[in-house]
Amino acid sequence: MTRSLGGGDPARMPGVGPRSERSGVAALFELEGLSVEYGSFRAVDGIDLSIGSNEITAFIGPSGCGKTTVLRCLNRMNDLIPSARVLGAVRYHGVDLYGPQIDPVEVRRRMGMVFQKPNPFPKSIYDNVAFGPRVTGFGGNLDELVEQSLHRAALWDEVKDKLHQSAYALSGGQQQRLCIARAIASDPDVLLMDEPCSALDPIATARIEELIARLRGHFTIVIVTHNMQQAARVSDNTAFMYLGRLIEYGGTNEIFVNPRLPRTSDYITGRFG
Amino acid sequence: MSIAGGKTHTSSDFEKELAELRRMILELGAKVELMTAKGMESLFKRDSSLAERVMSWDDEADALNAGINDLCLRMMALRQPTAGDLRLILAGVKVASSLERIGDLAVNITERVLELNEEAPLKPYVELPRMSEATRLMLRESLDSFVKEDADLAIKVVRSDDEVDTMNQQLLRELLTYMMEDARNIGRCQRLIFVSKYLERIADHASGVAKTVYFMIRGGFPPKRAWKKQLPPKRLA
Amino acid sequence: MNLAAISASPETVSRLLRRRKRDLRGTLFTVVLFGSLIVAMAILATLLFTVISGSLPTWRDRSLTGFVTAQMSADPHVAGIWQAFYGSLLLMVFTAAIAFPLGIAAAIYLEEYAADTRLTRLINANIRNLAGVPSIVYGLLGLALFVKLLGGITGPDVEGRSVIAGGLTLGLLALPIVIITTAEALRAVPIALREAAYGVGATQWQVIRHHVLPVGAPGIFTGTILSLGRAFGEAAPLLLVGGITTFFSVGDASFLESLQGRFSAMPVLVFSWSRLPQEEFRALTAALIVVMLLVLLLINGTAIYLRNRFEKGT
Repeated sequence: MTRSLGGGDPARMPGVGPRSERSGVAALFELEGLSVEYGSFRAVDGIDLSIGSNEITAFIGPSGCGKTTVLRCLNRMNDLIPSARVLGAVRYHGVDLYGPQIDPVEVRRRMGMVFQKPNPFPKSIYDNVAFGPRVTGFGGNLDELVEQSLHRAALWDEVKDKLHQSAYALSGGQQQRLCIARAIASDPDVLLMDEPCSALDPIATARIEELIARLRGHFTIVIVTHNMQQAARVSDNTAFMYLGRLIEYGGTNEIFVNPRLPRTSDYITGRFG
Repeated sequence: MSIAGGKTHTSSDFEKELAELRRMILELGAKVELMTAKGMESLFKRDSSLAERVMSWDDEADALNAGINDLCLRMMALRQPTAGDLRLILAGVKVASSLERIGDLAVNITERVLELNEEAPLKPYVELPRMSEATRLMLRESLDSFVKEDADLAIKVVRSDDEVDTMNQQLLRELLTYMMEDARNIGRCQRLIFVSKYLERIADHASGVAKTVYFMIRGGFPPKRAWKKQLPPKRLA
Repeated sequence: MNLAAISASPETVSRLLRRRKRDLRGTLFTVVLFGSLIVAMAILATLLFTVISGSLPTWRDRSLTGFVTAQMSADPHVAGIWQAFYGSLLLMVFTAAIAFPLGIAAAIYLEEYAADTRLTRLINANIRNLAGVPSIVYGLLGLALFVKLLGGITGPDVEGRSVIAGGLTLGLLALPIVIITTAEALRAVPIALREAAYGVGATQWQVIRHHVLPVGAPGIFTGTILSLGRAFGEAAPLLLVGGITTFFSVGDASFLESLQGRFSAMPVLVFSWSRLPQEEFRALTAALIVVMLLVLLLINGTAIYLRNRFEKGT
């Protein structure tokens, strides 16, 4: 009759994979058999996928499906959780980030992270952006770097006269843009975003989505979101996870117009069963 | 398996709206199928009052089409449909538009019928009933493929269009000989040519409906040649 | 009753919305709570009143500074509290010098660096227990350990019972409190802040130095200064470790000699004076207590001031 899909690896069907596979764009991250256990609980189970360079990849799925855990594996933030154990490999430019010689601090210096609730440092706006470069030994013009980062985060015009005021005086949306400026200050090539708009009102959300779209060519962006429409608006590729497994991964357009697996379709259309 | 996956939407109102959409499509389909059938019947039986009744049904068909458009617009604005729901709603708009055109064509047929009934019949009808039957089958099967979400049936409907085209060509050649024989036949032949043309257009629209249904189910069109493969000619019931 | 269901005229609605029966239990509860507050306040007020009124005879004859700077003496008319005051000051300095660095460092290690093993949890539990150990036990420890150890370097006929031994003992007493309050303050620093710092590539030390400590500083200050206040008021350990003499002259002794020699402290002096027969000493004791309360007020006030300053600054 209609559907003709049996088993097989959903993420590897030729011709309908993520845009990067089809267009030949290099993969920046390759996840191989990635699994994460907290004690005896397996939060992420055997993820295989590749994230394309300079593209925006979104992870969607119901709460507790492991998408945030996967994101935090990319910059070894899960190291901060004592009970977490990471299995499998996360290859970045071909190098396994969980290899024995790899220093997590160096990994994190090359990736920027933005969190769900804006969390600027209790310092001035200037110091928020400057902190990262300062502690990682930036030798150049700090003022220029701060200005450039704030420009790229679409925040410069609003704060240029009050750089030395406390970051806490800003609104929620501004704080989050400050966090983005902070994350890109050390010029990483990867930007990891964990539900960056979930604590913001719709207008602030729209401005940040616009910012993400503009950052697209300069960074590889991985964004976790529970808002499907946001994933649809913002991303080039979408990965759908459920109960720790990768169910389907492909170009965003394909996933939202013609998903291959029924579970993906159910989740996207709102039929949770 | 349904494009909706067999589960119901979390919002029962949305589920009701989708069901309403399907119902309205079928209602419109049944209406224009009846208009086509009765329109041709009014020709074969030379029944002008039937023809006029068919014309009056066009308003209802138009209203149904407008209602379907409104419903689809509303669902798109309010529900942000994706995947199967999105394709269903888009298909709903396109199919309703095709069906409404079929209704208009049925009215066009009855207009010619009214004119033909003022003169004596030209010849016994042989081709037209066969064409009419084939067209009606196409229309019915295209609507079936919508209800059952049967992509293979949709392909069959698209392929059947060739037959109707062939029959139209044949009738044109036959009527041409009649016109060359006697100039007094030209008036009636012209009108019959129109009727045949309208029927052929109805079949085209039915084929269009089937293609839309295929896209709705599969999310894409097959390569061109899949439509065109020659089937052995079917015996018409 | 659904107000929409019945035809709701304004009279009906206002009747329904008015309070029906008196909330007896709620009122009773409020009364009991308030009563307890009154009782507690009354006890405190009585204490303060008794002490202050008892000390009035002293203030008639002398000024505050006069009282504090006068030497200790057996003669109630000239007796002051200078050695005890000075001794308490030295003891606070010693306590701070020992308890603050050791305690804060230990707390940072336990909270930030130590893995959550059974051993760590055991250590934490033990520290909590130590905070509740009776202070006289610390006195015994001080006696056995510091007095014996320091016997060699302290002055004649003191046998180790010096201010140094006293300060070390009180330092030990304050140490668990400092560790616990510092650990609490560090724990209160939001995880989000640490993650943000780690996220930009800071090392653990950088995270602690630039973010955790500054944000936890108000709590740490409050805790350490309060531990100082607690140590200030302890008499029992000092009695064992040697702060007993009622009168001795510090007068010509050098700073080093006063470290090595006999010492006194204000809580100890309260004890000593209370055993003296002369009636005049009652008023002097009350005055001493007033001075002690003022010092405590100063200590707590400093804690609050510093905490506020740091909270505003961040």
